[in-house]
Amino acid sequence: MEVILPIANATVAALARVSAAFNAPHARAVVFGIHIDGHLVVEGLLIAAILFQLSRKSYKPPKKPLTEKEIDELCDEWKPEPLCPPIKEGARIDTPTLECAAGPHTTIDGKEVVNFASANYLGLIGNEKIIDSCVGSVEKYGVGSCGPRGFYGTIDVHLDCEAKIAKFLGTQDSILYSYGISTIFSVIPAFCKKGDIIVADEGVHWAVQNGLQLSRSTVVYFKHNDMASLASTLEKLTHGNKRTEKIRRYIVVEAIYQNSGQVAPLDEIIRLKEKYRFRVILEESHSFGVLGKSGRGLAEHYGVPIEKIDIVTAGMGNALATDGGFCTGSVRVVDHQRLSSSGYVFSASLPPYLATAAISAVNHLEENPAVLANLRSNIALLHKELSDIPGLEIASDILSPIIFLKLKKPTSSAVADLELLEVIAEKVLKEDSVFITATKRSNLDKCRLPVGIRLFVSAGHTESDISTVSTSLKRVASSVL
Amino acid sequence: MVRLPYVTALTTLFSYGLLFAFGQLRDFFRKILDVGKSNNLKGYAPICLGLEDFYTRRLYLRIQDCFGRPIASAPDAWFDVVERYSNDNNKTLHCTTKTSKCLNLGSYNYLGFAAADEYCTPHAIQSLKKYSASTCSVRVEGGNTKLHVELEELVARFVGKPAAIVFGMGYATNSAIIPALVGKGGLIISDSLNHNSIVNGARGSGANVQVFQHNNPARLEDVLREQIAAGQPRTHRPWKKIIVIVEGIYSMEGELCNLPEIIAVCKKYKAYTYLDEAHSIGAVGKTGRGVCELLGVDPADIDIMMGTFTKSFGSCGGYIAASKEIVCHLKHTCPAHIYATSMSPPAVQQVISAIKVILGEDGSNRGAKKLAQIRENSNFFRSELQKMGFEVLGDNDSPVMPIMLYNPAKIPAFSRECLRQHVAVVTVAFPATPLLLARARICISASHSREDLIKGLEVISKVGDLVGIKYFPVEHEKTASSEKLKKLQ
Repeated sequence: MEVILPIANATVAALARVSAAFNAPHARAVVFGIHIDGHLVVEGLLIAAILFQLSRKSYKPPKKPLTEKEIDELCDEWKPEPLCPPIKEGARIDTPTLECAAGPHTTIDGKEVVNFASANYLGLIGNEKIIDSCVGSVEKYGVGSCGPRGFYGTIDVHLDCEAKIAKFLGTQDSILYSYGISTIFSVIPAFCKKGDIIVADEGVHWAVQNGLQLSRSTVVYFKHNDMASLASTLEKLTHGNKRTEKIRRYIVVEAIYQNSGQVAPLDEIIRLKEKYRFRVILEESHSFGVLGKSGRGLAEHYGVPIEKIDIVTAGMGNALATDGGFCTGSVRVVDHQRLSSSGYVFSASLPPYLATAAISAVNHLEENPAVLANLRSNIALLHKELSDIPGLEIASDILSPIIFLKLKKPTSSAVADLELLEVIAEKVLKEDSVFITATKRSNLDKCRLPVGIRLFVSAGHTESDISTVSTSLKRVASSVL
Repeated sequence: MVRLPYVTALTTLFSYGLLFAFGQLRDFFRKILDVGKSNNLKGYAPICLGLEDFYTRRLYLRIQDCFGRPIASAPDAWFDVVERYSNDNNKTLHCTTKTSKCLNLGSYNYLGFAAADEYCTPHAIQSLKKYSASTCSVRVEGGNTKLHVELEELVARFVGKPAAIVFGMGYATNSAIIPALVGKGGLIISDSLNHNSIVNGARGSGANVQVFQHNNPARLEDVLREQIAAGQPRTHRPWKKIIVIVEGIYSMEGELCNLPEIIAVCKKYKAYTYLDEAHSIGAVGKTGRGVCELLGVDPADIDIMMGTFTKSFGSCGGYIAASKEIVCHLKHTCPAHIYATSMSPPAVQQVISAIKVILGEDGSNRGAKKLAQIRENSNFFRSELQKMGFEVLGDNDSPVMPIMLYNPAKIPAFSRECLRQHVAVVTVAFPATPLLLARARICISASHSREDLIKGLEVISKVGDLVGIKYFPVEHEKTASSEKLKKLQ
């Protein structure tokens, strides 16, 4: 107690002295009517100290750009990968070379073989009338058209062909493209832009995938040909989402899937489309000229009016035995493509003789509906005969002209499966002179459906051809698998 | 290079501004008048919203009759253009049965193989009868015929590379090859004026894309140095590979590529080169082998050479010529080879016959005559146009010559007036060219005779005076030469 008191007294006295010293000279100063007290000086010094710190540059490590010499060194050190990876040992690169037209019977290496590898569904390869009209076209117009559609590449046969297809299908207008796969990968980016929503089947082929990628829209895939999966996807996308009202929404499906032979159930798709207000883009490359009472495609087969499908595209390299593709729909849909579809605007137009071949093929189909009955009976017969092959099962629909055989017991990798199937195809060709093919996939293809052997049935096949292929496949499959 | 005079730029901008204002006014009235109409597409967003198709509706449709003119004969030196009429101010056009014979200055028919040819057409018809119009199958499965194999060997020999692969469409060649060569982690450096197919292919590949200033090797070197030093964006890992894509002749400028310097730059920085010879193969060079021959570049220095058969060979399709390993790799991975219908056999035969004519292997010297003819025609036409005072772009020896128009009103004026005088020209505007630089593009063919060219020049000169596109002073050659004569005397 006695120690603290003098110390406390001493500090109080010291503080009083300091504050007196501070206050004393300024007690009399009045600047601008403000009494300057000692604490104002302290505050002023503090503000000066803060301003000084703020004005100093903060410490950042100095940023030095690379000198020319350093860039030279980096460029010298950089080693690029080779442009293509080295060829794998034993990779099969030889494909059989045909020596005459790819009809139901063709010649490979001097031997006559039965041909199940061409999508010649109506048997129009080798048809005399079509070839005569093409010859006339080549003599009149030459082979190529020498220009894009906008710059004198539009020949009157193109306009006739477009009108003919529109009339045949019952739509308002149609537009021709010069290559089968470029049709779908130009149509999709013409309509779908960034920010739109597309719902697509996971089993669509590469050209559709490329179109979806180029469109930069949001793409959602649903399980292959599974309508419940499609319904739940559509519900998830539109449920409670007010924003979807203003953006464009599309469903992309194929009529007959190239990768599996399944047929899309169009009536169910149209019902879902009308419920959730999506537009439908239907790819009919393998069903045009095949399905439907008179070959008008999937819409006729299901009895759906064609106006309900917004955009129909098809490649003409299958049933119509020519090349190129078309897209059809309402006038608004077709006119829009004439300026914004890149495969139409920036590419040379279809050679005129191929357009003539398309017109003749459609004429032939209209005049001879019996050819469809032939095709259907061939498909049914082959389907029955191939249903009991050891080790292979049919994965395609009973109506599809592509008969897709996949392995009953697939191995762990797709590459090994493909090897096995190619061995079967080669043996069948060498030993029994039957030409079939295994599906080949590019490494850029995102489809994960199983690989298999594909047989394309034609109306020109005879019953003996069909029995030849089925006995041959049964024999070879049982020996290999 | 285009030198845009200040006054022309101002008047062109003013014209576009006026068109835009009128277009907006018409849209406004259309909205008022359409309020009563019911929209049966309730709940669906429209295909084009708002201003997305403004250019199409209000600018392009007014001059729609200048584009897409149908023809009723082969696209040879003279052809029949179908006359069209419209009842609703060009919104829809209807064809009549009348045609008018016009001089063809628009089709890509550089060597004159467009119409029926005495050597090529019989062979094409023969192959049509033997192989029919299509194989209905993809190349790797049932679509490979002897003709395709022969064509690939012939193309490789013609271009000067070890191997080649052919496709049925030139556009699809570019869009499907570039993704097979370079993917994510790679870099594509392309010229700023490259064709839409190359842009699409580059976009679809997933690689990073950089652009360098058109035909400028110094700028290319800057971009290369910067990119190699920086590496991939964000991770800064080194690039997997770099491909530089250029074209032989740029179709909208008529210019030749600056190939020797660009190849030198690419070699120095170990980048791969890809040359697109769509317009130059068969049309330039002493024996028709393209820009490499013309500019003295060894084909072995270029990694991948691409070309199309549509322009000089009168057929359809495209090819890629490269080393055996690259072609083998493409045969395994390229989607256009694995998924697309193979090229139509008569078209293949047409190319084979055309290349044989050019090489002189058909037993005559028609090929050499055609090549000399097109060179002579191009140089004559270009020099005459320049003498008349037109602004013509492009280099010597190039068969493509754009004539600058600039003003949007001159596009239909030039096109329609020329057609009235029986000369068919091609006019190009936005979006194929920049907005202010509209032009008329002339493509010369070996099948044009000297009289055809003189007639064309007369008509273009008359129309040029009417429309007012002679931006340069006319060269008074006649007075200069007569003065020289006087001095000699």
